[in-house]
Order: sequence, then C-alpha cells, then structure tokens
Amino acid sequence: MSIDHGRDVTRAADSEKNLPAIPDPGLPEHTWRPTDVDERLAKRAERQVATLFGLSSVCVLLFLVSYFTLDVGDNHTTFAGFGASTIALGSTLGGALLFIGIGIIQWARKLMGDHEISEMRHPARSSDEDREETLKALALGAEESGIGRRPLVRNSLLGAVGLLGLPAIVMLRDLGPLPGNKLYSTVWEKGMRVVRDVVGTPINQADLEIGDLVNAEPEIVFAVDEDGEHVLHGVELQVAKSKAAVILLRMDPSDITPGKGRENWSVDGIVCYSKICTHVGCPISLNERKTHHLLCPCHQSTFDLADSGKVVFGPAARALPQLPLMVDEEGFLVAQSDFTEPVGPSFWERG
Amino acid sequence: MSVDTSKVADTNAGTAATPKKPGKAGVVANWADERLGLGTLMKKNLRKVFPDHWSFMLGEIALWSFVVLLLSGVFLTLWYTPSMGEVEYQGSYNPLRGVEMSEAMASTLRLSFDVRGGLLMRQMHHWAAMLFIASMMIHLLRVYFTGAFRKPRELNWVIGSLLLLLGTLEGFTGYSLPDDLLSGTGIRAADGFMKSMPVVGTYMSFFLFGGEFPGESIIPRLYTVHVLLIPGILLALIAAHMLLLVYHKHTQWPGPGRTEENVVGFPMLPVYAAKAGGFFFIVFGVSALMGGLLTINPVWKFGPYDPTKVTAGSQPDWYMGWPDGALRIMPGWESHFWGVTLSWNVFLPIIVLPGLMFTILMMLPFLESWITGDKRDHHLLQRPRNAPTRTAVMVALMTFYGLMWAAGGNDIIAIKLHLSINQITYFMRAAVFIGPVIAFIITRRWCISLQRHDEQKLLHGYETGIIMRSAEGGYSERHLPVNETEAYTLTAREREEVWTPGDETDANGVPAKRGRFDGLRAKLSTLMYADNVQPVTKEELEAAHHHADHEHELQASLDGQPADGHQFDGHHAVDGENLRGDH
Repeated sequence: MSIDHGRDVTRAADSEKNLPAIPDPGLPEHTWRPTDVDERLAKRAERQVATLFGLSSVCVLLFLVSYFTLDVGDNHTTFAGFGASTIALGSTLGGALLFIGIGIIQWARKLMGDHEISEMRHPARSSDEDREETLKALALGAEESGIGRRPLVRNSLLGAVGLLGLPAIVMLRDLGPLPGNKLYSTVWEKGMRVVRDVVGTPINQADLEIGDLVNAEPEIVFAVDEDGEHVLHGVELQVAKSKAAVILLRMDPSDITPGKGRENWSVDGIVCYSKICTHVGCPISLNERKTHHLLCPCHQSTFDLADSGKVVFGPAARALPQLPLMVDEEGFLVAQSDFTEPVGPSFWERG
Repeated sequence: MSVDTSKVADTNAGTAATPKKPGKAGVVANWADERLGLGTLMKKNLRKVFPDHWSFMLGEIALWSFVVLLLSGVFLTLWYTPSMGEVEYQGSYNPLRGVEMSEAMASTLRLSFDVRGGLLMRQMHHWAAMLFIASMMIHLLRVYFTGAFRKPRELNWVIGSLLLLLGTLEGFTGYSLPDDLLSGTGIRAADGFMKSMPVVGTYMSFFLFGGEFPGESIIPRLYTVHVLLIPGILLALIAAHMLLLVYHKHTQWPGPGRTEENVVGFPMLPVYAAKAGGFFFIVFGVSALMGGLLTINPVWKFGPYDPTKVTAGSQPDWYMGWPDGALRIMPGWESHFWGVTLSWNVFLPIIVLPGLMFTILMMLPFLESWITGDKRDHHLLQRPRNAPTRTAVMVALMTFYGLMWAAGGNDIIAIKLHLSINQITYFMRAAVFIGPVIAFIITRRWCISLQRHDEQKLLHGYETGIIMRSAEGGYSERHLPVNETEAYTLTAREREEVWTPGDETDANGVPAKRGRFDGLRAKLSTLMYADNVQPVTKEELEAAHHHADHEHELQASLDGQPADGHQFDGHHAVDGENLRGDH
C-alpha cells in the first residue's frame, strides 16, 4: 500500500470528510467492579479504608510523642546526618498525611459509584444576542458619559491618570544612592599593607615561596582605632571586602611577562591581582600551580597571572585588575596605589 | 460476568429520608443560601464532569505543592529574621558558634537546630518548591505535546507560562534568604547580571541593593518580594488558571463516546473531589517524607556569606541551571564604544536569552494557529505522534534546554568524567545550535513513522507474533484486526489542511488581501502538515477489509485452532489452549 499519500493532502472543506472512517461506537458499557457485586469484598474494602485512616491517627500520635521526647540541637548528627527529631517528625507527619490520601483514593476507587457521566460542552464565546446586547450597553454607556463627544474631558483625564505613574516611579528614587564614582575605587591606597585573609597579619616578601598563593585583603579591613574599635564595620566593611579582596602569588620572576607600564608592579616574582572575577563578580581562588592560571569556580573564566591577568578561557571579557606592589621599610608588602581600573564585573558607564 | 447487577446501586446514596423539620445542617445551608445564593452556584458545579487520565494529574501536583509551600512558608516566617544586621552566632550548632553572621543566617540556623520541626519545615518548603517548579514544567510539556493549548485555551497557556516564570523567580528569591555563602554568591552574580544591562544597569544595581553591593537592604527586600509580592501574583494567576479550566471544561482523549461536543468522566462530587482531595494529602505527605528524610540546602555546611569567599562547584538550584549554562559557554565578548561598555558576554545569555525563550514559549499557541490557519475550538487531545512538527519543535526546545542545563554543570561533568572543561565548553557552544536541529529532524520523522505504524495496524491488523508457514513453505506473520474501540480511537482525528495563500475569502467572496508573510506562512504550513499521515478514509478501510477477507479465507481453517492468534485479542477463549503456559 502507498504510505506516501500524506503528500497530496486534500482540503476537507466539508465537515463530512472529517468524520472518522469508523462510526463512533458510543460509550462502552459500564462494567461492575467486584466490590459492587460482592458485599463481602465491599466490606473488606471498607475495612481497608478505615484501617488506613486509623494508621494515620497512629502516625499523628507518634508525631506528638516524637515532638516532645526527641531533642533538637546538638544531636543533628545523631542518625545518618540528620537529627533524630527531624527524621521522626518527617516520617510520622508524612505517614499521617499519606495514609489519609491513600485511604480516600482507595475509597473513591473501590466504593464510590464509578459511573462515568457525560456533559455537553458549550462554546467559550458568548451568543450573538448577548454580544449585541453588550455592545449596545457599551455604546449607551459611552453615549451617556459623553466620552466620545467631549474629547477635552477624556484627554485631560487620560493625561492626569498617566501622570499619576510619575509619583509611583519617583517614590522609588530613595531605594538607593546614585552610583557616582563608587565603582571606580576601592579602599586600597599608597602604602597600605597587604595582609592575610582571616588573620590579618602583614606579609613579608620572604615568607612566600615560589608557587605560594595567599588570599589577602587590605590592612584597613582589620584595622582598629585607639579604642580598639574596628575602623570599618557593618555595610562599609562588607563593601570594602567585596571590592578590595586580592590574590597574592609568588612565581619565578622569569615566568612573568610584565604588561606595558607594569614592569615594577611585582616584587621579586610576587604579583597581586583583584580576587573579584571580571565576569559577574565571584571571588576567584582556584589556582593551577604549574601554569599560573586562576580559575573562577562560578563560570570557569580562567586568567593568566603571569601575563597581566589576561583571560585565557571562559566567558570573562577583561583581564583581572592588577594591584601594583612594593615593599615598605619593614619589608612587608604594600600597595603602590589603588587599582588603576574598576574591579569586578563590567558596567555600562565603565567605558 | 454472570452476576445479577440489576439490584446494585450505582451511587452510594441510600433511600433519601424526608425529615419533617430541617436538621441543623439544613438550617445552616438555608442561612448561607439566603445570603450567598450558593444553591444555584453549586447546582451547576457539584456534578461537573472531569475526565480521567494520569497525565491530568501533573498540574494537580503543582497546585498542591503550592499549598504545601504556603503552609510551610508561613511556619518559617514565624522564626526567620529578614535582616542583614551582624550578630555572633550562639546557637546549638557547634562548628559555627562564635562566628559573625547576618541575623538572616543566624535565624535560619536557629530554625534548623533549635526549633523542633524547624528543619523539617525548611526542607519540606525547599522540596515542595522543587516539586512545584518541576511539576509545572512537566505539566507544560503535557499540555503542549497533546495540543491542549489550542483555541480556546491559549490564554491559559500564557497564564501557565507566567506561573512558571514567577515560580522560578520565587525560587531564586527564596533560596537567597538564608544569606549563606552559596546563595550570597548567587546574589552577587545577579548583581553582575544587572550591571551588564545597557544604560540602566548600574542604577538598577544601586537601587536594588540600596547602594553598593552587598549593602544591608537586599535580604529584607527579597523577603518582601518572596513572601508578599510574588506569592500574591501567583495566587491570583493560579485562581485565573483554575477558573478558566472550569469555564472551558477539561480536554479529553478521543475515544468511543468522547467527542469535541461532550466531556466524559467522573463527577466532581464525589469521585473527582475525593481523588483530588486525596491527592493533596499524598503530595503533602510525600513532601513531608522528603523534608524529613532527604537533606536539602544544608546552609550550615556552606557557612555565612562573606564577599571574599566562594566554594568550588558553586551552582544555583537546578531550575536556574540553564541560563547559568548559557553564561558559561558564552564567548567573552564585550564592546567599548562612545565611552561606554556593553557586556555581551553577560547581557545576552542571562538577560536577553531567558526573556526571549519565555516569549517564544508564550507565543507557541499563536504561532501554531497562525501557521495552520486553524481557528476552530479543540477539546480533544492529540497524541504527540499525530502532530509531528509540533512535537519536534518542543523536543528541539527541550534539547536546547537540556544542553544548556548540562553546560551549567560543565565543571561537575569535567570532574566526574575526567574530561577537559575547555573541550566540554567548546563542544557545548556548537551543540546548543546543532543538537536542537538534529532532535527536530529525528523526532519529526519518528512521529511520522509511528503514524504509519498506526495506519498499518488499522488497515492490516496488529501483529500477533504468530508465524504461519504456508503449504509452499513460505513464512508470514499473522495479523488480526484491532478491536472496535481501538480502531475508532485511531481514526478519530481530523484531516489536516496545508494553508495556501489566497484561500480565504471575505463575506462577499472577494479573496482576502495577500499578506507580506504569506509565502513564509505557506512554507511553514507545508512543513507542519504535508508529510503527516492523514486518518484513513472509509474507502481505504473497505479496501483493506476486502483484502483481509481474502487473507482470512486462506487462513479460515485455522480458526478455533490453538494457534489462531485470537487468544491474544480476547475475541474468544480457546479451551485447552496452553500457549501461554498454565493460567
């Protein structure tokens, strides 16, 4: 037989042609379930359903017992990494709910009437008369209001309501300050020591061996004033940390290809780069020791720290900003200046 | 069955009692009806018919998991503190005691370790969110593959798509609230996404965060969005979704007695209400079991957010995975012009692409009806194979989604399979374009083959698996006709018409003006329909039956033999036949 007659699809203009080739045999006859015809089986199903509901109640009791007898808190590792309390409460609550659900469905399947019934559909559209009446009512409403005849009223109202959008937008103005120059600078400045993350101790250039990677921050993050209070705290501290975090890496000085004008930015093979990915701003710290490549764990942008932090792979578009380093009189690593470009992800005004 | 069924009741109702005075319930009902007119409203809907099919349950999972989310969410708000104020943690989780963290994180830990049932509710809430989004997605696929989105249900498709979009945003704002290291990294990335937007990006970021990232406003603001704004819209849209479902009446599968004009199934009361209500308890119960037994989002292991730290293998929740994959495989393109920067590498994959994909998703019903020119109402579902091009379109979209999603785990794939992350990324860059095309072609041809198989089955019967040897020694397989129900169901679909320009005429018979896209529309319509197998006609069926009668004559002597094949189709039982072993 030909299986290619799909090619000459004929237009079925008349609905006659859309009738199935086989006439509709109509709804199949209802078949009786065992529980319909055998009272013993019906009773059995009834007992099953009642038992399921009973089990649910037992679960609720167990839930209450678990709630009041099992401790939370330190015992979170009691059982397979979970708190015993969470496990017991979850299982008993789950059981209580599931048994009700299964019971109701068993009831519906075995005992409730299972005659399928049929209902006629009605088109979603309104009848022509209804449409006509609605249109008439609308026209009458428009006529009586005079909205069509008095364009001055209509237009001034539209204008007034439209302008009401302005307060709604303007009211949001104080959600935050304008960006200003905030994104262009960090807390780094000339002579600020590069200190170890977490502990805040300054770093002597001799402390680092070739291949060592240090997560570092500016000294001011840990600085305290005369009263022993932190100089930066709260939001200020968080903002400072989120922009100023750096990576220190010591490599063989001969491996470094210094960028133009960056010849004196490293100290004896120690380079310092922003830790904030130029893609969308994740902190980067996965270092590949042999290649001096730094990989961002979020989207795998890879930067070459031996070559001005240039992008060697991944979705980032710009090199990691480099922090010019020098050594202070005590031999500790300090910044020559702030970063020479904004750190972190690109933004429109960046240029 | 030879049981007397004449005396069996077909409902559970016993003999109705006629009380002299209305009972207490009657008094209440009367009170309510006199004020609310419930009687008329309920008369229409109490016995409303709902057709039955397992796939109609998927949307129900979404609905009920939303209820679980509301209930467990309210519990969580009683303890959670939406604040970024710094505190020193002093709760019972030892490893973090004494660590500085935000109040949001500290209260999340308190919920997890010091409130009985708190961890259960947190985990139930998170699991229910996963169920909510996953079931919405699968429900969407069901609706699309069966053509349930066609007129008059296009707007409900759009509402459903918006629910999926809002559900995803709700998920993101929700898992950001604990202010742990993982979710904080996600918020920071979101800050980067916003900054990539031309002109307004930096301002959006500063306004959302109340200044520079991270500021101290983002958690309280996300909290308002998460517990008030989005749930409110979700609730309204779900109500509209359900109202339209009731108004349109549910679609049904074609079959004997099931037509475009009727709806066949169980009445709302009691069977459907019982099954749906019972199912609510099952979804709730499964969420409780998952919440109690399966750890999810153990924020105590990630620790509090610190803008200088990150964990390897950072990944968003799975439903945010596909745009994250797009972000990963995007080449690092950035333009600098007129003193401004445009980050294509972020803007395209994370801002433009999701918006584009959701727009395409919402447009699908309108695109299809434009291509086919079909303006009729459709209440009968189609099998995916009977709409090969439509099915192929969705499989192509799924392939795109799946590849993007896999790209979002390129680091995990690289580690687990010992592959180069660079090569995976390069592969994905090509695969997301080529994969969907291949999937489209394969799916479309596969569907058409299945249609041909159906046609064969209808015309020549199904394969019995019984091999006949003719007197001459040739072998052939015995085919037997399918039963009436199946035969009718296979033929109960409409003929399709390829749209051709200039076919439409206005009321006066004047051909409609030709549109600019008529050529494209005709080509797409050809792609949509021209290769499909159309339902068999009466003539084809008669010809095939004639042929079958001839065959039957040749094989007639076999009828009644143990191996005549009929034992498999229930046409008649054969005494003493033991081909299938003892039974």
